[in-house]
Amino acid sequence: MPRPGRNQVKEKPKNFFGSIKRLLGSLSTWRNIIIFSLILAAISAIFSIVAPKLLSKLTDEITLGIKPDTEVLTEVLYKIKENNLQEDIVINGTTITVADQAEYMKLVSTVNPEDSNSYIELFDQLPSSIYELVKPKMNIDNIKHIAIVLAILYILGSVFSYIEGYNMATVSNNFARTLRTNISYKINKLPLKFFDSHETGDILSRITNDIDTIHMNLNQSLANLITNLTLFIGSIIMMFVTNWIMALTAILASLFGFIFMFIILSKSQKYFEQKQKILGDLNGYIEEMYSGHTIVRTYNGINSAKKEFDELNKGLYKSNMMSQFLSGLMGPFMGFIGNFGYVCVCIVGALLVFNGHTSFGTIVAFMVYIRLFTNPLSQIAQSMTSMQSTAAASERVFEFLDEEEMESETNVTKHLDKSKVKGEIVFDHVKFGYVPNKTIIKDFSAKIKPGQKVAIVGPTGAGKTTMVNLLMKFYNINSGNITIDGVSTNELTRENIHELFCMVLQDTWLFEGTIRDNIKFNRIDLSDDEIMEACKTVGVSHFINALPNKLDYELKDSESISSGQKQLFTIARGMLEDAPFLILDEATSNVDTRTEELVQKAMDKLTVGRTSFIIAHRLSTIKNADLILVMKDGNIIETGNHKELMKKNGFYADLYNSQFEKTI
Amino acid sequence: MLKLFKNFTFKEWLIVIMCVLLTCVNVSLELRIPDYMSEITRLIQSTGDNVTHDILIQGVHMVLCAFGSLISAIIIGYAAARLSSSFSLNLREKIFNKVESFGDSEVKKFSTASLITRTTNDVSQIEILIAMGLHMVLRSPIMAIWAISKIVGKSIEWSMLTAGCVVLLLSVVIALMMIVLPRFKIIQKLIDKVNGVTRENLTGIRVIRAFNAEEFQVNRFENVNEELTGIQMFNQRLFAIMGPMMNLVMHSLVFGIYIIGAYLIYNSTLANKITLFSNMVVFTSYGMQVIMSFLMLAFIFMMAPRSQISANRINEVLDEDILIKEGKFEGTTDEQGTIEFKNVSFKYPDADEYILENISFTANKGETVAFIGSTGSGKSTLINLIPRFYDATDGEILVDGINVKDYKFETLNNKIGYVPQKAVMFTGTVEENVKYGSSLKKIAIDDVKEAIKVAQAKEFVENMEGGYHAHIARGGTNLSGGQKQRLSIARAIARKPEIYIFDDTFSALDYKTDSILRNELKKYTKNSTNLIVAQRIGTIMNADKIIVLDEGKCVGIGTHKELLKKCKVYKEIALSQLSEEELKNA
Repeated sequence: MPRPGRNQVKEKPKNFFGSIKRLLGSLSTWRNIIIFSLILAAISAIFSIVAPKLLSKLTDEITLGIKPDTEVLTEVLYKIKENNLQEDIVINGTTITVADQAEYMKLVSTVNPEDSNSYIELFDQLPSSIYELVKPKMNIDNIKHIAIVLAILYILGSVFSYIEGYNMATVSNNFARTLRTNISYKINKLPLKFFDSHETGDILSRITNDIDTIHMNLNQSLANLITNLTLFIGSIIMMFVTNWIMALTAILASLFGFIFMFIILSKSQKYFEQKQKILGDLNGYIEEMYSGHTIVRTYNGINSAKKEFDELNKGLYKSNMMSQFLSGLMGPFMGFIGNFGYVCVCIVGALLVFNGHTSFGTIVAFMVYIRLFTNPLSQIAQSMTSMQSTAAASERVFEFLDEEEMESETNVTKHLDKSKVKGEIVFDHVKFGYVPNKTIIKDFSAKIKPGQKVAIVGPTGAGKTTMVNLLMKFYNINSGNITIDGVSTNELTRENIHELFCMVLQDTWLFEGTIRDNIKFNRIDLSDDEIMEACKTVGVSHFINALPNKLDYELKDSESISSGQKQLFTIARGMLEDAPFLILDEATSNVDTRTEELVQKAMDKLTVGRTSFIIAHRLSTIKNADLILVMKDGNIIETGNHKELMKKNGFYADLYNSQFEKTI
Repeated sequence: MLKLFKNFTFKEWLIVIMCVLLTCVNVSLELRIPDYMSEITRLIQSTGDNVTHDILIQGVHMVLCAFGSLISAIIIGYAAARLSSSFSLNLREKIFNKVESFGDSEVKKFSTASLITRTTNDVSQIEILIAMGLHMVLRSPIMAIWAISKIVGKSIEWSMLTAGCVVLLLSVVIALMMIVLPRFKIIQKLIDKVNGVTRENLTGIRVIRAFNAEEFQVNRFENVNEELTGIQMFNQRLFAIMGPMMNLVMHSLVFGIYIIGAYLIYNSTLANKITLFSNMVVFTSYGMQVIMSFLMLAFIFMMAPRSQISANRINEVLDEDILIKEGKFEGTTDEQGTIEFKNVSFKYPDADEYILENISFTANKGETVAFIGSTGSGKSTLINLIPRFYDATDGEILVDGINVKDYKFETLNNKIGYVPQKAVMFTGTVEENVKYGSSLKKIAIDDVKEAIKVAQAKEFVENMEGGYHAHIARGGTNLSGGQKQRLSIARAIARKPEIYIFDDTFSALDYKTDSILRNELKKYTKNSTNLIVAQRIGTIMNADKIIVLDEGKCVGIGTHKELLKKCKVYKEIALSQLSEEELKNA
């Protein structure tokens, strides 16, 4: 089936052989089954090389059945004339009576020597004794014999290639699953630094598109490549074994065509790349214009949008047309090469037969070989292209799997029991920077007593999440020390530290699932009662009870749940984490005033009895905090409580006052 | 689908007709090739003096035939490529232009994401169908009919066999498709799910780690992974039957024709034997063509529904009635910067409930009017009626004394500087983004610089690489939310409009920037009317007029002080954000 020319843009892997080698290496679990399948594919290909030969033998046998035995006929005629109707004659054990001889002579006299048809009619009227002698002799037994072998070949070939297809589908799917699982595990082993510096979309595309490419090509191209290579090499060998002069003719005739084809292919590459690029630009432009529709409209940008779109669209037209046209040429060209080769072989073959160098059967066999020889080449070219994109895709997947992981914590010995922790945190000359030479927290020391509230304030982009990163050991500090109840966090596992913290962030992270699943999360032994209790405390139980399935309500991108309510769910989730420390981001985004009140009350409840770090947005929180960390450009520039900081009349005082300046 | 083809021009129809004719030529030439082959086969077997010469002549004819078929195929290919490309060119343009004329309600109805797919993927779908269609839809039936006509009446047995093979193959293909296709849809959904869970894992990485829930998430992922693998494996294993099956059937056809042929020849009179033999050779090649053609047809019928869906989706867009109609007024007005709402009510076209009810107020030149209320109170909807994202259901809105519906879009838009809640950035430079669109007066670079300065964006813009010519990535991803918002405000300022509309623009900014910006803006826009929708009391408490909305109704109009005294809803909102003491200090 001809395919429209898409996906033909060559993706160039950095190291083709390296990637393929590694890919094959990681397939070693399935090595035997793959080798077995590929052998089956090769055998099935060999069958299709052998089958034509049998088919031509079959033709030969059938041909025997249409030609009368002219030699015997000549002998009969000669003997009858010689005998002159005197007595019965015996030829090859068959007796021809005198009466038959007379009838024969009568028939011969009616034949018009100019009309060949009358000869043929003569045959069917021959007396049965002579007819039996000269009739075309088809060897039904031979035909049956060949037919059975051929049928077995066809059936076995199909069965083999089905087994191969079945196995490769199994292997490729299992392999894809393993790769996806590996990536999923890998995500948990990578430091947060990786996610902060890589796009979500990029990682996603590795897990879906790239693995899909590997999967599809493994499923099809690999076996395809083997089949076609076998066909190609096999037919070349068969041709040379049969007759080298004709083999050369066939190869030269096709070569001429192939060169032409490859020129076209390489020319079309340019258009494919161009098309892909412009299509990307165009789609991007459309996306941009549609998403910004209100602005385009209100700023009278429609005309210029149409104009720019027009230009891109027209730019696409040419490369689109050319790439479609050129890729469509492949099919007809292959057909022509096949036919051309066929004729060349026939002519050269006929010459050879005429000079007595070869037999008719050879030509028939070559007619088939020339087809077997021309077809696989374009398929091989296609397989190679897909092997390339497989290499590129696996390169990206392996690159991700090779990313540096978080350091192991096997040497960590200390453990803090969360029920016994008092809740004291000490920062001791902490220095930290995301990039090696750029320290942003320069020298921070503070002692936070159990139950105290720490407010983190600063303008947007001041690096307030840095504090979260350090407290949770998402990032390691450069120097200094952070201790919990006197134990350095360096001596505790990340898992242990996470246990001690209850964290509620601003971006309400909920996954697809029921409300229950989301609140429960990984604490699978929580009962519904406990969940509802937390919901009650947070003030969202009323809302849940009003939903059709209550806790079983599915949270897809449901429109009926506002962002405020989502925030309440995450607070309930945090509430159920019975931990001595709290990290809380107070920001409420797009929440109406009434829900905001609920959220704030819930947050206040969350802080009760916990040593809290609050990314503060409310003045009341800030004013009541035991310690305020004022951040700017990543660094903590002022510390102290509200009164102290106001007295200082520094950045904090400025920030605070700005809200109440007379404006507008 | 047919409806879309109505867009073909006369010239394009001519090309289609030419393609049909050429396909006939192509098919007839291609089907003549087997004749030459059997002739050559016959010649090779015969023993005459001029055999080589005769073969040469036949061979040259055959090559000419093949060449003719190649040439016609190339021309058809070219025409098809041209036709499908120009078709998609025009269709894409048509959809784009239509969408550009959409108002908010139409965009919302389809959703932006869906409109994007309709303009890109759906058009490509149809383009592929046309390109393939001209190859296959035309070719297969012509080929099938032609080939059948060549073999029809030659032998009942062979015809039965061929028909049997066609039926067998088609039923296998159709049965497979029936099983596999619905599962393809499920697979698509599962792929989305795998994507979804991974996305969750990535976006919630901090939460997951904080809860030590890595294992939990891996299990969640494994469930979908398992499910996807299972169903995909089932599909592909089943699909693996297709190739061997097709091969087997086609080989069986040739094989069967030979076997039947052998028996027929064996049992017939000598006179018929030779005819039978040559018929047999012809039958094998044409029978194959018949099968291939039917197979192609089957695939086309499988493809067609998909394209049909795309065609329907495109037609929905093209047929959409646009609710907002352009007016005619394009002159200058006596009044400047005045807005009047007269008993305005609004509900969405198909909805029963009103979003806004009976709103009346006026805003005069130089005044600042603010709107506050909880989510869903209708404050954004209210100001969206001014630039006509929607039209009021009842009542009227006057800008400079003229009903907004009477303005030409461009004239009305030139009076307004609208800044949405979510800043929109376009790929291009800072300058291009601020200058965006067309306004009454051409915006010079100095205007851009001034606007950027007023919008408190000067510092970061000048720190960007390239300054005012710095590149802004698609969707403004190289800027922070606050930076985007400031540039979006600068864009409005640069137009020097009579009326500013800030739809909850300031909440993306921190308090300090917010306050400085509004201060500067106030100085700069002395002569303009400001309409501000806000969530923070701090943003609006100094407005000349505050309109408090609750569930679509106006529950209070007045200044901050007046409202604190007389409006309960306003007081509630104020108290939720500031303490009593702070309110008094203010």
